[in-house]
Order: sequence, then C-alpha cells, then structure tokens
Amino acid sequence: MKKKASNQGPLNRVWMFFSSVRLTVVVLLSLAFTSVIGTLIPQNASEVFYLKKYGQGWSQVFTSLDIVDMYNAWWFLLLLGLLVVNIIVCSFERLGYTWKIIFPKKVVFRLERFRRMKDKETFTCDRPLDDLVGRYEGLLKKRVGKVTRETTETGAALFAETGRWTRIGVYVVHLSVILLLVGAVIGSIWGFKGRVSIPEGDTTDVIELRQGEHEHLTLDFSVRCNSFDVKFYDTGHPDEFKSNITLLEKGKEVLTTDILVNHPLRYKGISLYQSNYGTASARNVTVSVTSRDSGMVYQKLLEFNKPMDLPENRGRFVMERFAPGYNFRGHNLGEVFVGKVIAPDATETSVIIPLKFPTFDKMRGGQFVFAVEDFEKQYYTGLQVNKDPGVWYVYAGFILMIVGCWVTFFMSHQSYCVEIRNQDGAGALVEISAVANRNSQSLKLKTEKLATTMKELKS
Amino acid sequence: MMNSSMLLSITTFVYAFVSVLYIGAWTFKKEFLAKLGMAVLICGFACNTAGIGLRWVESYQMGYGHAPFSNMYESLVFFSWTVAALYIFVEFKYRERIIGVFATPLIFLAIAYASLSPNIADKISPLIPALKSNWLIGHVITCFLGYAGFAVAFGFSIMYLVRSEGKDEKGLMARLPSSAVIDELTYQMVMFGFLFLTIGIITGAVWANSAWGTYWSWDPKETWSLITWLIYATLLHLRMMRGWHGKKIAWVSILGFMAVLFTYFGVNLLPGLHSYA
Ligand code: HEM
Repeated sequence: MKKKASNQGPLNRVWMFFSSVRLTVVVLLSLAFTSVIGTLIPQNASEVFYLKKYGQGWSQVFTSLDIVDMYNAWWFLLLLGLLVVNIIVCSFERLGYTWKIIFPKKVVFRLERFRRMKDKETFTCDRPLDDLVGRYEGLLKKRVGKVTRETTETGAALFAETGRWTRIGVYVVHLSVILLLVGAVIGSIWGFKGRVSIPEGDTTDVIELRQGEHEHLTLDFSVRCNSFDVKFYDTGHPDEFKSNITLLEKGKEVLTTDILVNHPLRYKGISLYQSNYGTASARNVTVSVTSRDSGMVYQKLLEFNKPMDLPENRGRFVMERFAPGYNFRGHNLGEVFVGKVIAPDATETSVIIPLKFPTFDKMRGGQFVFAVEDFEKQYYTGLQVNKDPGVWYVYAGFILMIVGCWVTFFMSHQSYCVEIRNQDGAGALVEISAVANRNSQSLKLKTEKLATTMKELKS
Repeated sequence: MMNSSMLLSITTFVYAFVSVLYIGAWTFKKEFLAKLGMAVLICGFACNTAGIGLRWVESYQMGYGHAPFSNMYESLVFFSWTVAALYIFVEFKYRERIIGVFATPLIFLAIAYASLSPNIADKISPLIPALKSNWLIGHVITCFLGYAGFAVAFGFSIMYLVRSEGKDEKGLMARLPSSAVIDELTYQMVMFGFLFLTIGIITGAVWANSAWGTYWSWDPKETWSLITWLIYATLLHLRMMRGWHGKKIAWVSILGFMAVLFTYFGVNLLPGLHSYA
C-alpha cells in the first residue's frame, strides 16, 4: 500500500480512499448512529401523525430528509453502497498478498525468526539427540502437522505449521456482507410484500401491496379460505391461529393445507403467512323480536337478505348484513348487525343491532325491538403474501458469515519451532517457540502444553 | 416444597457471596479466597441451572409448556446463567483468577435485578403464537451468549482502566493481571460475543422470515442489535487494522456494552414487536 503513495494520480487517490480502513470505521459508525434516529422517530407513519407529534417545522424537516422512511432514504443507501465499495476495493487490495501466503510456492521456516523470540519454553534433557528428534517429530506431526527438519550447527530444528488456510476467513466474512446486501437489493427489486383478507368460504387472487397505498397485484393462482380457527388459553391469551387454505389454478384445486403462525405455506416462490384475523360476517343468526304492545317475545333463526314475516301482521324484517364497525353519530358502535323493517305500506326503517349494546334498538321506538340472541361468527383470515427471490442470497450470506467469523476468531495460522541443541556432555537443550497471526493467549497455552508433553516424553 | 422462584432467590444470594469473595481476594491478596469464590460460583451456577430447569418443568405442569426465556424475569435469570457459564469457562481456560473481580458482580446484578425489581413479574404466562417456535430457543440462547461475551469484556475493560490508573507497582492495582493479558482477554471476549451476537441476529432473522415473512423489518430491537453489532465490528477493525489497544479499546468496549444494555432494556421504552424480552 505504501508503494502507491508515491504516484498520486487522481484515480489512485480515489482507490486509496476506498481501500482505507479509516473509511470503514467512519461508515460503520455512521450506520450505527443514523440507525438510532429511526428507532426514536416512528417510521412510515401518516403525515397527520408527524404533524401532531412534532409540529409543522419538524415534520417538514423529517419529510425532506426522508427521516420518516430513513432506512430507504438515499443517504442511508449511500452509506451501505460506500460499505460495499469499501469492502470490495479493500479485498482486492489485500487478497493478492494473502493468496501468496496461503498458497506459497514453498513453505520456508526461518530459524532466526524463532530464535529471536522472547517467549520460549526451555528445558534440558539427557537423552541422545537423534532419539529426541525422532520422538518430537512424531509428537509434532500428531499435534500440529507435517514436520520439516533442519540440521543446525549445534543440533537440529523441527518446524511444523497449521491453519494457513484460516487466513481466508476474513474474506469470507466480507463476502458474506456483500451477499446480504445483494440479497436485500434483489428482494426489493423483484420481490413484493402484500396482504390479503379472505372471509371463510371466499376465494381471491388479488392482494394489496404494502408499498404505496392501495396498490394491488393479481396472483397467478387464487386462494380460498376454507375455515379459520382461533384457540385461546383459559387466561384469554390467544393460543393458536389456523387457516385451512386451498390453492386453485385456473379454477382447479391444486393444494389444501393449514397455515399457522410460524408455519407458512410456500408455493411457486410466494409465501403465505398467517398474520391476523377478524370477524367478517355471521351465520345462523337468531333474532329475538319483542312486541311493545303485547310484550310477547318471538325467536327466529335468520338468513341474510331473506325476509321474515313479523308477527301480528306488521310487515316484514330483513337482516341485511354484519359489519365489523359502525359509525353512529360519530361513535363507533363496534360489531353490528344491520337490517330493516318493511311496513305493510312498504315504508322502510333501518334497524341497527350492536353486539356491545343489546338494548340499543329500544331507542328507535318502533313497534318491535330487535336483538341478536345468538350467531355463529364467520371469520376472515388475514394473510401476508410475500415474494422474496433475494432470500437465498441472504441465507447464503448468513452461513458464510458464521463460518467466516468462526474461522477468523477461533482459528489461526500457527508455526512451531522445536530446536534441540547438543550441549557438550550436559545433555540436550530443548527450546520451543511459536508464532501465530492471532490469538496469542491461546497459542501460549498450547505451546506450554506441548512443552509439558515433551518433557514427559523424555523419561 | 421447593419451587423455581425459591431456587433462584437462593442463587441470587450465592452469587452475591461470590462477588464478595472475589473482591476480598483482590483487596486482601488472598488467592484462596478466589479459589473459594470459584467453588461457590460453581455451586451458584448449579443452583441457577436447577432453577431454570425447574421453571421449565413448572411451565409444562401449568399446561403452557415453553422454554423459560419468554419474559424479562426469565431472560435476566438466563443472562446471569450465561455470564456465569462463560466466566467459569474463561477462568479455567486462561488460568487467571483475579479477573473475576469485575465480572462476577455482573452475574449477581442481573439476577438481583430480576428478583428484586418491583417492575419485573416472575409469573409464568403462556406464549403468544408468534413466539412458539424452536427458533426462539436457538435465538435466545445465542443472543445471550453474545451479550454474556460483551458483559465479561465490559468487566475486563473496567478492570483495564482501573489497572492502568495504578502508578504504584505494588498497590492494589498491580495485583491485577498485567495490562497485556487483560487487553488480550477483552479482545477474546469481544470476538466470542461478536460471533454469538451474529448467530443470534441471524437466527432471529430466519425465525422472523418463517413467522412473518420478512427476515428484517427494522423494528427497534432489531435495529438496536444491529447498532450494537456495528459498534463491535468497528472495535475489531480499529484493533486489527488501526492498531488500537489498551485504553482506547476498553472505552469502545464500554460503549458497545452500553448499546447492549439499551438493546436489552431501553428498547422496551420504544414502540415495537419485541416488547416481550
Ligand atoms: C459490516 C461490515 C464488516 C464486517 C462485519 C466486517 C467484519 C470483519 C471481521 C469479523 C474481521 C476480523 C477482525 C478480527 O480479526 O478481529 C475483519 C477484519 C478486517 N476487515 Fe472487515 N468487516 C466489515 C467491513 C469491512 C470493510 C468495509 C473493510 C474495508 C476496508 C474491511 C476491512 C477489513 C480488513 C482489512 C480486516 C483485517 C483482515 C486481516 O486480518 O488481514 N472490513 N472484518
């Protein structure tokens, strides 16, 4: 890297800028600190929300800087882009050098280098040199790897090394970061996220996309919700949501299955997830009709839009629909049934029966008071419908990142040297030294252990 | 009848005693107190393990049947457990004793906060459907191993800063391991934490994809774990490539741990999906 500093062409400067780890530090910290903003200011809320919460001035600032959707803002994406360029340039810059270390033409051990090291394990031993060399060679081979022997002026030196390949680990980590971001880009270009609500019994092939309000997409298959079921614990907490779904292609059933939370259905690259549910409608509604005049109560099982004759020849009643919410003079009444009374003279009066307020219809002051005694809920199931062709790149990135980190953090390129010096008449002096490109602490422990075993071997 | 709450209360007191022993070993320079501290720590750890196991069994007896990682109380207890496990491992692996002075109090503080804070309910309650997944177990365990690595690194960083204040070569400070050793151990712990936080974020992403159909949705807890991850990634690069060591790294490690704490506690103050733990 130093070499290049002498010929400072503009292109070179750009290259140097992008290959610096200083840029890495700046970008990583900028990503960290800007990400905080998005956790403090709610994202993708409505305009009214920001106006109410932060006032006119701040809302304008947020909108113009894209802070309301900051993880998709140009400046945030720019930071990610910088990170990618930084990683690529930096890897190019260093890979050649690393490659030469990983695949050397010939592995050379420099005795001088080991001799100069401060931390050595030393002991003496009065066995003949050849015997020691033979034994230690066997041990080194077992503990470390292939052994190279060198004769020295005073005896012999044994070298062994392991883990040369682990130097590639960092590149794997960096590659994984790129894969993740590539996967994310692919997902956002060729994928979609949408949702659909299907009442029990209904079929649809149109979903509402999440990006952009009320954009729709037609799938090339349709989905029928056969049934929806929710189970509760005795505490009232929900236990399980389950939709029974049939997929149809050109009207033909191709697949029937259950979708549960945590158990999505995947079909043709599209995934359907259980996300919510609600009451769509009702079936088998039992209505009680109380006559004001006689005080008589009549009960009747109704179907929607099938008129029933009212007692005492007072006309007919039609149950029209069920609605999950109903606005009555500015109040939301919640779930309601809506029907109408058709008098013998054909005048119509609408009747509202809120579930929360069973006596509500008394207020209307009609001849009969209607109330719903019993009904069977018809649910709708809320499904999320997603397609993300980038997810496989992301998953590949996940695997590479874990493997790469593991290799980088817990493994290292270690070289060992065992030198045996003949001391005239006083036996042999054994010196063990080792180097590694990282994890000096565990290398030290490993060397100590090796020395202990070698000491024991001599007896 | 012994129940899990009682076992875990006992654990709290045992861990308190461990911290006292380590601090004693340091201030009075008595090696045997540290040895005793380790023995007691192992007992406390056994008790902690039994408490978690029993709580698991109890949840099955109550008919909810889930791993005990589902609320703040359970996660704090588990946090203590992982820090204790990691610390025991580190002491045996690196054969350094006194290093527990700043790490063991963290083990105690986490479980004490769980047991004593009035805001934290220790009731066993059922899981909402979204949390019923085997990924939950893998996700929680790996995240907490990551947090544990960072917690121990934090303890070491504090120790480094304290040590480097000691001018006097005979004083209290000089009884701590050498700066070089503490520095190296901090780095080892950060690497351990980084690997497991990485796996934790990944298992979370895979799980989110299988439950909600998106592996990443920028909810505050996710974002904060990413922020933490980015800070530690910066630390690794500063150390590897820019040659930062000692005090500077200690401060970055402390900053990183503040991010861990915010990911863990602070995020509950923000709106989002992860509000359970
Ligand atoms: C999110 C992005 C990144 C992640 C997760 C990441 C991760 C890592 C990890 C885990 C290490 C090993 C650190 C250690 O040994 O303690 C590392 C080393 C390194 N990283 Fe990154 N990195 C990222 C971005 C970058 C970028 C943008 C550059 C570009 C300059 C870069 C350059 C390096 C270099 C030169 C090393 C040292 C390699 C060696 O030991 O020879 N990293 N990175």
